Amino acid sequence: MTEYNGYVTDETIEGADDGPLAGKTVAVKDNISTEGVRTTCGSAMLEDYVPPYDATVVERLKDAGATIPGKTNMDEFGMGTTTETSAFGPVENPVAEGRVPGGSSGGSAAVVAAGDADLALGSDTGGSIRCPAAFCGVVGIKPTYGLVSRYGLVAYANSLEQIGPIAPTVEDAAALLDVIAGPDEHDATTQEAPEADGSYAAAADGDVDGLSIGVPTELLDGADDEVVETFWDAMDDLEAQGASYHEVELPSVEHAVEAYYVIAMSEASSNLARFDGVRYGQSGGYDGNWNESFANAREEGFGEEVKRRILLGTYALSAGYHDKYYKKAQDARAWVKQDFDEALEDADVLASPTMPVPPMKRGESLDDPLTMYLADANTTPVNLANLPAISVPAGETDDSLPVGLQLVGPAFGEREIIRAGSALA
Amino acid sequence: MSDPAVDPKEVRHVADLARVDLADDEIERFTEQLGDILDAFEALDDVPETEREAELSNVMRPDETRESLSQEEALRNASDTEEGQFKGPKVS
Repeated sequence: MTEYNGYVTDETIEGADDGPLAGKTVAVKDNISTEGVRTTCGSAMLEDYVPPYDATVVERLKDAGATIPGKTNMDEFGMGTTTETSAFGPVENPVAEGRVPGGSSGGSAAVVAAGDADLALGSDTGGSIRCPAAFCGVVGIKPTYGLVSRYGLVAYANSLEQIGPIAPTVEDAAALLDVIAGPDEHDATTQEAPEADGSYAAAADGDVDGLSIGVPTELLDGADDEVVETFWDAMDDLEAQGASYHEVELPSVEHAVEAYYVIAMSEASSNLARFDGVRYGQSGGYDGNWNESFANAREEGFGEEVKRRILLGTYALSAGYHDKYYKKAQDARAWVKQDFDEALEDADVLASPTMPVPPMKRGESLDDPLTMYLADANTTPVNLANLPAISVPAGETDDSLPVGLQLVGPAFGEREIIRAGSALA
Repeated sequence: MSDPAVDPKEVRHVADLARVDLADDEIERFTEQLGDILDAFEALDDVPETEREAELSNVMRPDETRESLSQEEALRNASDTEEGQFKGPKVS
């Protein structure tokens, strides 16, 4: 176990003797199924749940020779921005004392930042890989929707989430992406990426000469001053290496975070309906009728943030409100996609701060869910648009708090963002 | 802005639909928080109707028998089983 509470379970899973990841440890977020090793999703509901099969990404890790040192702590079911909602206790930021590690893949980013694992897998529904990578000073990639199989990932919001790598360097993250990417017959939403030269790792050559970067002004508005300053310093660094940048406008992103939460909560309310305590999970007992038993299991098994999102999602989908919330959010999603596509016609990649704020102090976000949601303003639009994005360390604030720079590419343009990011980390 | 988005009665109703028991103090807290969050969601009223490109196609496979979990594996995480089946609470 780690002093910052990075792992829920530290049971070792050995991989094949040979392979591209032989000799490497790859920690796995605890919402990714591991055969015979409990997979809790950070929830009391699944405290004793032991999957009977491996997620596709876990099979690929094992085939590639990786050793899995344990299952990492996370916000319950991925619902959080600080990794404080886990039923197994909060994760501390190993590189910024008294601060949160970001979430929801906070354990995965923390074990990499602390050097307790070489690499890690996280999942990103609205920023859950990029946010903790930014807050812990490491690299995280959210792949294009459909590049990596979700088979065996316990679903939170299917239409938005992807599994992706967290690593100390862009090249290491890209090498892990090489192992997990690619179609899977068990996940019908995966697709073959268009043919391209070389591996993802080979794209980490740091060559940004001639690269055109668009900077969406909306994603700088309202951001913390020191974060913005650190962002521009990193942009100057890229410019000095031969890249150029211009400002772009993405008016739709002003509504992205609200649209994201309506869609994610709606999907969550449906996905989490499976937890009734009968086939797996916390039992609701056998007193009373089944509705009473299920409601009891869910009261006992779910934490407060999960309940909040299930209630809001149920509300948004209920009769009379569907058109007002869910349909409008889908309109916003389509609009965000259009905006990104247009901006990427005149730029190779788009850049912004990953998070508009430095890592928050521990404990301050729990009583104010709305403020926590709004911190996802820069990451959620990318999930709505199904695009790939990377967070790389951009520098630190005056108080030595890590700041991340996010680069967004066109669909299946992972090599573009890896190349650009590798000029910084 | 509209009227306060939710009252305790509505929170109870939604919790009932979602099959989640809530304690009285949870109802009180959620009523306030859900009201604030739903107010923020009002911003979506300004979103123009946008055409959604359907770039999706069905992925089909032949309907053939294939290996799957054994009955024992499938039942392993259940709190109770009977004669090789899940045992659930009474229907009514």
